[in-house]
Amino acid sequence: MNKTQVPALEGWFTMDAEKPHLLGTQCKGCGTYYFPRQTVFCKNPACESEAFDEVQLSRTGKVWSFTNACYQPPEPFVAPDPFVPYTIVAVELEKEKMIVLGQAVEGVEVSDLKAGMDMELVLETLFEDDENEKLTWKWKPLPTDGGAA
Amino acid sequence: MSGDIAILGVGMHPWGKWGKNFVEYGVHAGRAAIRDAGISWKDVQFVSGAATMRCGYPGYVAGATFAQALGWQGAEVNTSYAACASGSQALAAARTKILSGQCDVALVIGSDTTPKGFLKPAPGERPEDPDWVRFRLGITNPSYFALYARRRMEIYGDTQDDFALVKVKNAEHGFTNPNARYKKKFTAEDVAASAMVADPLRLMDICATSDGAAALIVSSLDYAKKIGRGDAVRVAAISTVTPTFASSIIEMPDLATDSAFAVEAQSFRASLPVKAYEEAGISPADVSVAEVYDLSTALEMDWYEDLQLCPRGEGAKLVREGATRIGGRIPVNPSGGLACFGEAVPAQALAQVCELTWQLRGQAGERQVENAKVGITANQGLFGHGSSVILKK
Ligand SMILES: [Zn+2]
Repeated sequence: MNKTQVPALEGWFTMDAEKPHLLGTQCKGCGTYYFPRQTVFCKNPACESEAFDEVQLSRTGKVWSFTNACYQPPEPFVAPDPFVPYTIVAVELEKEKMIVLGQAVEGVEVSDLKAGMDMELVLETLFEDDENEKLTWKWKPLPTDGGAA
Repeated sequence: MSGDIAILGVGMHPWGKWGKNFVEYGVHAGRAAIRDAGISWKDVQFVSGAATMRCGYPGYVAGATFAQALGWQGAEVNTSYAACASGSQALAAARTKILSGQCDVALVIGSDTTPKGFLKPAPGERPEDPDWVRFRLGITNPSYFALYARRRMEIYGDTQDDFALVKVKNAEHGFTNPNARYKKKFTAEDVAASAMVADPLRLMDICATSDGAAALIVSSLDYAKKIGRGDAVRVAAISTVTPTFASSIIEMPDLATDSAFAVEAQSFRASLPVKAYEEAGISPADVSVAEVYDLSTALEMDWYEDLQLCPRGEGAKLVREGATRIGGRIPVNPSGGLACFGEAVPAQALAQVCELTWQLRGQAGERQVENAKVGITANQGLFGHGSSVILKK
């Protein structure tokens, strides 16, 4: 039986299987982007705007840094049994001028990554419960020119 | 008018995992500071406590808790909470009181007890809380330290061997420190053999959490002269500035930095000592010794650069040359640092000041930095809190 795919965090990203985006906001006054979404006040000290546009953030960026988790984190992390280490990537989005964290897709090791590498946003399972597969955003290396995805 | 205040006394309760109440450690440290100052508890007019969030209501009102434990004697009290900078904020409150003439002598005090087991967020589903979200996604405290460390490797060419050198140096420094928790001369091989936690950081690259307490007796310069302590070490600057938007570095517990779309990105860590240097009228070249927050070995090298002890990117060179060892050009963490202490949040910033006071007095024993005249502390924690304090002879 196939489980239903649902977002692990409601409203944080689009559920587009092919080309998902993180959901953010952009201040109408100064242009500052926000992720997670910010809709009440702008954090720029020179800006008093309280109006925001809903935006989809760039779904590609460059590696700023990376690491992994060799040990099982405490709750609310939901770990498979046995625990499987995973890689974490910080990706710089050029247009938004911000760095966004996320896990790397399964199979990507620390040794596969380098600062400046091109990455794209994809959806993958964070954990499963009895009914659902809970999806989250993860970072996946973009194939270098000509490579097959 | 001088903005300086005098440090008449310092005292600590040894760091460790003692399983006792935080008040007990605090009283021990407070009494030690009072004895060291050569005054009486009844002379203290203001008690400025650094709060602990782990010990219930008495921890939230730490100033009053310690005042009561030492025996209510009518002093005024204050409690400050600012994560890792709590001790510095408590010190800043005492300085304000002293410089405004509202009191002559103050006790500044912080103490903590480690919780049993892992530090983790409260249970339940709380997707509106960024701290909950990052744990749900599997991003822990070591993840952030490791991202900073890996960034150094990628940009400056630092190696894991460089990080290990920091641990070896600090272990050597703390070896004879009676207040340190870990007193063992670890080798680079020991570090390399310890378990990988968050690549590139191993267990021995990351600091533990500890019980511990630290206290200071501070006073006006006039009071110090009056009791024959005109030569006491002085606090020349306290910086507790917030970050300036937009943050350039991904900070715990955030999942993203500020967007630097509208305003240029700035480093919070680097901004902390800038205000301290300005306030003290002292340049980085004048610093003889520093105590910095080595939550990880690699982070200590970030601090060298943030304190402007060397140009950006040359932190590892400083360690390789032995410049930051006792006997080197600019010794850092002569106490042994967090590597030998483990973090006791509300006490840690004050412990840094205690160590520098001993160094500037020439009372640091085997870990004495020769001819130490100016010392600087630095720390940074959650939610835009951080501090840097400058002491001078
Ligand atoms: Zn704005």
